[in-house]
Amino acid sequence: MKRVPWILAMGFFVLITSGCGKGPGEMGSKTITIKGSDTMVILGQRWAETYMTEHPGIHVQVTGGGSGTGIAALINGGTDICEASRPMKDKEKEQVKTRRGKDVSEIPVALDGIGIYVHHSNNISVLTQAQLKWIYTGNITNWKDVGGKDSKIVAYSRENNSGTYVFFKEHVLTNEDYAREIQTLPGTAAIVNAVSKDEASIGYGGIAYAQGIRAIPIKKDEAGEAVPASLATVQSNQYPLSRNLFFYTVGEPAGESKAFIDWVLSPEGQKICETVGYYPLRTK
Amino acid sequence: MRDSGVLSPPDEVSLVPLRKRRRTGSLSDRLASIVIKGSAFLTIASLILIFIFIGKEALPILTSSEIQKEASLAKLFLPQPAKEGARPEFTWQPVSKLPKYSLLPLLAGTLKVTIIAILFAIPTAVLAALFTSEFAHPWVREIVKPAIELLAGIPSVVVGFFCLMVLAGWLQSTFGWTYRLNAVTAGIGLSLAVIPIVYTVAEDAFSCVPQAFREGSIAMGASSWQTAWRVVLPAAMPGVLAACVLGFGRAIGETMIVLMASGNAALLTFSPTDSIRTFSATIAAELGEVVVGSAHYHVLFFVGAFLFVITFVTNLFGHWWVGRLQKKLQGAA
Repeated sequence: MKRVPWILAMGFFVLITSGCGKGPGEMGSKTITIKGSDTMVILGQRWAETYMTEHPGIHVQVTGGGSGTGIAALINGGTDICEASRPMKDKEKEQVKTRRGKDVSEIPVALDGIGIYVHHSNNISVLTQAQLKWIYTGNITNWKDVGGKDSKIVAYSRENNSGTYVFFKEHVLTNEDYAREIQTLPGTAAIVNAVSKDEASIGYGGIAYAQGIRAIPIKKDEAGEAVPASLATVQSNQYPLSRNLFFYTVGEPAGESKAFIDWVLSPEGQKICETVGYYPLRTK
Repeated sequence: MRDSGVLSPPDEVSLVPLRKRRRTGSLSDRLASIVIKGSAFLTIASLILIFIFIGKEALPILTSSEIQKEASLAKLFLPQPAKEGARPEFTWQPVSKLPKYSLLPLLAGTLKVTIIAILFAIPTAVLAALFTSEFAHPWVREIVKPAIELLAGIPSVVVGFFCLMVLAGWLQSTFGWTYRLNAVTAGIGLSLAVIPIVYTVAEDAFSCVPQAFREGSIAMGASSWQTAWRVVLPAAMPGVLAACVLGFGRAIGETMIVLMASGNAALLTFSPTDSIRTFSATIAAELGEVVVGSAHYHVLFFVGAFLFVITFVTNLFGHWWVGRLQKKLQGAA
């Protein structure tokens, strides 16, 4: 029958397409690939642009997709450097070890402050970390319970794929679950937009995005003082919701990747953090 | 394969055996046939590939005992306690010390927003199609038809953003809802994506109704409204139903609009002004950062397969129903 070659061709097609998954990491030695966190993608691109103009002949390719995507790429050898806005989990570190034969190295490259956003008309002046926790675990549902006017709190959160979501859960919710009523939006920009339109709302996200809304100061506990997010308070760790942003490589960075990472950590590289709304690392 | 029949001349010429004549056919003929076959084959191959891929990644839910410890079928469909010793509930909370993967809130959310979208879209689209094909002046039709069809060309992320920024605020201030982003907001946004599809297919169905039906009806003394409502609409019913099924498929699978406009809180309630979380939005939001090979990863693929099956069964049922109706109508005619 004439049918047979077609079935064979289809089978062949399925075979060849399922075989093409070579990572870009194996391309020419002059290309550095960076993949990972969406929070860090602009930062990474800015670093790459500046680095490439200073080092002609070296190509730095930056893509986003999320911290998890970057880590998966690192495990499969699809990227040289992985950007992550959350620390790698032990299980993921183990996977790198078994698949790539080397330990993963973790390099903090910048600081970020998580801002708490409210609507401009909101008269709350400060929130404690405990109040934030109660709001996001659903124990406080009315603004009057934290000193505001009598209206229901509409709380927005990032999606659970986000490094920021995980950070907030660990540091503010002390690992308890978010309440089911918490609305989640894709991306910090969407949260900022929603909060700017909704008087009864609260949201969180990178301080770099805080435009059109009010970022309120945070108190670590009832006795502490109210700390707004700023370069000084994030670098000195006074602001309770500050975090590291990371680069990950398989084994100690070497060759072109090492040169790039060293440059990122140099004063010149660190200066770029501030142009995109993050903070440079503390100088030792 | 009988494909060569398409290109062959009428029967009286085919004295040469089929196979041989194909060889002697002109180059462009053969090339065209290869291209056409190739594209048909590509469509089927990609469908099969997608199905194999999703199925393969969803399978560990049913087979791997390690994955089942975290997410078995029972955990996906039966209530589970949120904490040790708490009352069992349906919760979607995959990032947790005790991950909870109940699909019921997602199923409820998906159905709720789809039904709302359909309730808005189908009457609007079908009546608009009836208007343009039966009542509108030709020049009105020349404007309305492309305008509605142009709606399909708006990227859904733009519609979603519009809902998030404008529609949500307007609906909230008009009706005083607590939550800006809810099932109704998303459903109205979704209906904007569904209307063009239902409209186009329904319009085609109406214009396919033979002119003689209308003339006959008018000749019997019926008004043009009676003709449209009692003659044209029933005659075009199979096509209209097919339009509805297509619209349903689009609504249930649409991602960006619901992701932006629904609030994405996985609540299991009946209130249309509560926030909802759909299957497609869950996949879009969570797959990006999930640890590959974890239970969460496989659950998301299971959700994808589940969605695939729902759309497939709906389409199959729609097809069968339309076919039956067609037969009945032809039998009656």
